[in-house]
Amino acid sequence: MNLNSLRYSLRQGVVSLRRNALLALVTTSMVAVSLAILGGFMLLSANVRQIVHTIESNVEIAVFADMEADVKALRTELNQAQGVREIVFVPRDEGLRELGRSLGDPELFHVFTERNNPLPDVFRVRVQAADEVSSVAEVIRKMRGVDTVDYGEELVAQLLGMTRWVSGLLVATSALLGLGAIFLVIAIIRLSVMARQEEIGVMKYLGASNGFIRLPFVLEGTVMGFFGAVLASLVLWLLYDALIAGLEGMALPLLLNPVTGLTQLGPVFGTMLALGTSVGGFGSLLAVRKYLHNR
Amino acid sequence: MISLNEVSKRYPGSRELALQSVTMTVGSGEFVFLVGQSGAGKSTLLRLLFREYLPSSGVITYRGRNLARFSGGELLRYRRKIGMVFQDFRLLKQKTVFENVAFALEVVGHSPQSIRKSVPAALEEVGLLDRMLAFPAELSGGEQQRVGIARAMVRKPQLILADEPTGNVDPDNALQLMELFAAINRAGTTIVIATHASDMVDRLRQRVVQLERGRIIRDVKRGGYSNEP
Repeated sequence: MNLNSLRYSLRQGVVSLRRNALLALVTTSMVAVSLAILGGFMLLSANVRQIVHTIESNVEIAVFADMEADVKALRTELNQAQGVREIVFVPRDEGLRELGRSLGDPELFHVFTERNNPLPDVFRVRVQAADEVSSVAEVIRKMRGVDTVDYGEELVAQLLGMTRWVSGLLVATSALLGLGAIFLVIAIIRLSVMARQEEIGVMKYLGASNGFIRLPFVLEGTVMGFFGAVLASLVLWLLYDALIAGLEGMALPLLLNPVTGLTQLGPVFGTMLALGTSVGGFGSLLAVRKYLHNR
Repeated sequence: MISLNEVSKRYPGSRELALQSVTMTVGSGEFVFLVGQSGAGKSTLLRLLFREYLPSSGVITYRGRNLARFSGGELLRYRRKIGMVFQDFRLLKQKTVFENVAFALEVVGHSPQSIRKSVPAALEEVGLLDRMLAFPAELSGGEQQRVGIARAMVRKPQLILADEPTGNVDPDNALQLMELFAAINRAGTTIVIATHASDMVDRLRQRVVQLERGRIIRDVKRGGYSNEP
């Protein structure tokens, strides 16, 4: 294809978009609706991922030392254990004050002295990954000077299981919606191709190459896909922004804080733009293919 | 220029042969009428010459080369040497007369300057220079076919294939169209026309290949244009 053909094809793409403005508008809107739904699920998925991450980074193993334990040696051993991210030491007397605080009065147990304090020294251990918590706990349990180890096994397992299930469901739904968007675009662009079937036939009789015939359609589809994605991103951004503004006044637990950072939202909107543009172009390629191979 | 050797064509799903063992040669600069009843195989023969279809058996050669063995690029170059004219004109209704003719040059990558030069010249040859800004719907059948002919000849093809070009026009216009084809032929372009219009065929006194049920039953070469009714 020479420069004249390329220039002509590009011009034809623009002319065709103008000429079939209504169909282009419908296609762009349908792409926007599909992508907005898909983007909504992707945002939900990003939020669920954040919840999983928050749970993972907050899972804590409480290591109760026995009364005769060599605390210094135990601390060294814990520091060296694999999978351990952070250790916080809570001495017995501080533990007593914490217990009092949790019951509403830090001085509630002032009658206990260092000698008769029934609480042991405690290490609060955070692991690098939540799914390693049980194996790390098992290693710690066998350490010299450890009395008991507790990390709320059942609750953590249930919470993680549930969030993973939801996350998987969202990924699967997003994939299905993405596929749906592709088929929708192909179907709509095929309508546009069918409307110009006669023109394609004439072009073939006049000796136009397949690339020459294809290019205006691909350009048209790419433009419609891109603008559909921009529209969907704008609408979704405004809705999400309004949602976040609405949630701002509420005292949400840390776990439920919505995703707001550009590093987390950027990929969602970037994916929508890339998907819309490529779905438009690729959909057009597939839609026009049928009409190029029958001669 | 083009030779057919024992060419047969059967369409998928059909038990009948649309063409049966057709052997003929079209020489450079020849004017050939394909005549016969509907279903005789005239359009099939034209489509095989354009290589829109491949023969079910037999060989078609263009300047000694088998059309069936052309690569994609060769086929494209071959088709660009051919101008097609249709009974239903196949003009694009949203384009003007100028744009319809220019389309034939645009699809093969001619520059805007060459298009601005060639299109008015082609329209002048068919007598439609003053209608170049009209749309097809504003033209008579005869005028639309003239646009179709201008589009076919604007690239100065080696061969023009016309399928019932006078089928949708009145007898006066049909005669003018045939005279136009004769003039193009005199300038050196090979022309093959499938037609029912036996009076035109008689008047132009060119080679006539008659088909019946897919077979050639007559192939007569005659001396040229006759002015007698």
